[in-house]
Amino acid sequence: MSTLILVEHEDGNIRPATLSVVTAAAAIGQEIHLLVAGSGAEEVAAKAAAIAGVGKVLLAKHDAYAHELAENLSALVVRHADGYSHILFAATAAGKNVMPRVAALLDVSGISDIIEVRGEDTFVRPIYAGNALATVRSSDPVKVISVRSTAFDAAAEEGGTASVEAVDAAEISDKVSFVGQELSQSDRPELTSASIVVSGGRGMQNGENFSMLDDIAGKLNAAVGASRAAVDAGFVPNEYQVGQTGKVVAPDLYLAVGISGAIQHLAGMKDSKVIVAINKDEEAPIFQVADYGLVADLFDALPELSAALDS
Amino acid sequence: MKIIVGVKRVLDYNVKARVKADKSGIELANVKMSMNPFDEIAVEEALRIKEAGNADEVIAVSIGPVQSQETIRTALAMGADRGILIETNELLEPLAIAKLLKHLVDREQPGLVLLGKQAIDDDANQTGQMLSALSGMSQATFASRVEFDGDQLKVTREVDSGLESIKVTMPAIITTDLRLNEPRYAKLPNIMKAKKKPLEIIPVADTGVDVSSGLSVVEVNEPPRRAAGIIVKNVAELVDKLRNEAKVI
Repeated sequence: MSTLILVEHEDGNIRPATLSVVTAAAAIGQEIHLLVAGSGAEEVAAKAAAIAGVGKVLLAKHDAYAHELAENLSALVVRHADGYSHILFAATAAGKNVMPRVAALLDVSGISDIIEVRGEDTFVRPIYAGNALATVRSSDPVKVISVRSTAFDAAAEEGGTASVEAVDAAEISDKVSFVGQELSQSDRPELTSASIVVSGGRGMQNGENFSMLDDIAGKLNAAVGASRAAVDAGFVPNEYQVGQTGKVVAPDLYLAVGISGAIQHLAGMKDSKVIVAINKDEEAPIFQVADYGLVADLFDALPELSAALDS
Repeated sequence: MKIIVGVKRVLDYNVKARVKADKSGIELANVKMSMNPFDEIAVEEALRIKEAGNADEVIAVSIGPVQSQETIRTALAMGADRGILIETNELLEPLAIAKLLKHLVDREQPGLVLLGKQAIDDDANQTGQMLSALSGMSQATFASRVEFDGDQLKVTREVDSGLESIKVTMPAIITTDLRLNEPRYAKLPNIMKAKKKPLEIIPVADTGVDVSSGLSVVEVNEPPRRAAGIIVKNVAELVDKLRNEAKVI
């Protein structure tokens, strides 16, 4: 038996989350096949074939695959699911949209957001905002899984010599269509794969003040994130949100500025290697998970920090 | 048009989950339970759609133990018209929940099903997608805005790189994200009125739905704790520690 992974890609590049899924698949220990769906995507398929550890790449081409519509992608995966004991997705917005459909169409349980592979049928996943870790075992004939990318290293993008095989597209839904998107433009590293993340909370007071975090992020080559409170208040867009229901990050350094540290926020960042908290409230729960805490007014501390990073 | 809205009874979002001593799950005895916050948003959206004249009836559905009636009553107090509880004492997987919801969809024929994008207990984020796959109703997850356009809906979705909008044909399933709306509080007179609204209870066995699961929980553990950190005196000390002790900048 072997493992099938749905590849996520944009602008001709494979998303880093998919590379982490390949590492999770390697831990399961079977031959790994990647499924690439796109309107062209030969370039993506070639990159997929070069990933270390990949045995074969399946390429399905259709104009409808230019957008990641769940109906179309789930039909495609199910069409090519025969012979696979494991089907893996990244636990991204796109992966979460598709994985449960595939599980339901195959009449098996979905296994969300795994952080550890204990064996070919046993996995660990966080529940209750990461306040507990459930070890689950599946007796289903095929295990349909989404993988938390921060829990697995990225597979090497070179070294593989897999073949690319063209496969048929599946049924295209006429009930759903893509209208448009508003994507944030940023030169910064992507939030979930950045090695340093600088995040702001309600204490930032408004969106303009996030420029102080941008300044520090620029000096550290960091991504900028935010707490739910800051997003709900409209300081920054939704894609900045770190937490139980937003993005999960685990960088080498997480700098939390003006963030109190609600459990829902901690769920999204407490696996960071080093956590720094700057908050004027010494009772803020964020200090309980911080390796280094600074009790200070952020409007004093951030300019000082910016200057200190220059020296 | 009818709207079915799913409401799940979960550990209150302000209560810290504690793992049971026998590692079988989370301690739920004598702790505050509430409606899943994403489901509150779903109820609110259903009510707004009805208030705008785009729906006639809002049906609040829960699947769980007898106490889930309280969660349904909360939805009725917010303004839902009637409730249905599929009663079970088992902790069901999302696939079983989706099959039970499909059973109700087949019976009630709603134009819209509104569900939270995930429940804050198991954090699975599966049920809406599964119900769409099983029922053939269109899927629009992680919604931050819903607009009516004839027999279609334009749904703005929160995705990893920003916002995406799609058009789906009704009947459709929408799962709610945080920015869709701010749920109302139930007013006292409405809480009293909600006690008189119809609430049907269906034992899970009466549905004839197979709720067996291939997934079992081996054990539940607490996550590893972080070692205690230190408080630094000033920015200079912080930068020094990050450069020379942690070596991360």
